[in-house]
Amino acid sequence: MAATLGRICGSKLLKSVPALNLQQANGLSTAKTWTNGQKKLVATIGALTGGVGALIYALEQSVEASGTEVHPPKMPWSHSGLISALDHSSVRRGYEVYKQVCSACHSMKYIAYRNLVGVTHTEAEAKAEAEGIMVRDGPDDAGNYYDRPGKLSDYFPSPYPNEEAARAANNGAYPPDLSYIVSARHGGEDYIFSLLTGYFDAPAGVVLREGQYFNPYFPGGAISMAQVLYNEVIEYQDGTPATQSQLAKDVATFLKWTSEPEHDVRKQMIIKVVGIMTFLAAITYYIKRHKWSALKSRKIFFVPKKD
Amino acid sequence: MKVIYNTLFKRTSTFAVVCIGSAFFFERALDVASESFFESVNKGKLWKDIKHKYE
Repeated sequence: MAATLGRICGSKLLKSVPALNLQQANGLSTAKTWTNGQKKLVATIGALTGGVGALIYALEQSVEASGTEVHPPKMPWSHSGLISALDHSSVRRGYEVYKQVCSACHSMKYIAYRNLVGVTHTEAEAKAEAEGIMVRDGPDDAGNYYDRPGKLSDYFPSPYPNEEAARAANNGAYPPDLSYIVSARHGGEDYIFSLLTGYFDAPAGVVLREGQYFNPYFPGGAISMAQVLYNEVIEYQDGTPATQSQLAKDVATFLKWTSEPEHDVRKQMIIKVVGIMTFLAAITYYIKRHKWSALKSRKIFFVPKKD
Repeated sequence: MKVIYNTLFKRTSTFAVVCIGSAFFFERALDVASESFFESVNKGKLWKDIKHKYE
């Protein structure tokens, strides 16, 4: 490619007399042949693009600032670094919290027991977890539906058969499915942590209906989920003190994993990409120097014809 | 340098073999290096570091 470039405009690229540069740029420009109308059109498109971009940016900013809810502070998660993996002990504890607390109302229908294998549980443990639930299966040979213990391939059970049943049992509020909740909420795991630990009595002037609780991190402030995490509300298998913030942190880490099961692989991929891109950049730089060396060291002489 | 050129790079057939072969070893090396780097940075957090407790 460098050779082609050199053939087409080699002498122009080599000259470095300042006064000639403008002239050369002028010679390379394609805008010279434009009519006035075309120039105006291009200018209008440019101004419109810039203006619309600025407007969208401004609107986005003002939306961020509106509303009365408190934005969650950034927490120093052990997985928030560029190449930091999830803390799998924490994910495992978070599964315990989900199973014993959250799953009473929240479904997690996109996560199967097989997903736990090699992440938080061994295969035998995951099988044991799955066998703890009953799954409606069928039809069998006689056409009947039957209940059987869960298998690795079964998804986590839902507490309610459908959304209507969930609403009827929760004052009309629908407990959202938690599979992808960290990706589905502004603030991600910071929001989950702040929400779970942010309950307090409603300030004067805030009217709550029956079955509602006050949480400043929840948009609107009135949340239908009561505070569920208290110190020692469950006991961890590994003996970690189950304080409220520990429970919230672990379950938020677990929900981060369910939302982004590829998290660790993705972070590892960053290292590979940086490595290979560094290598390719070095090669590209070398080849550029190599190919241009002939052109850059070329000298042109004027040899007068001898009579 | 000349030996390398004459035996490996001169003919397209050998050049192609060199490309494919070196790509294989380069990728293996990069994979192993980045994986061990990742695992040393995240020591204690990964499943392989905690699974001995549950087996």
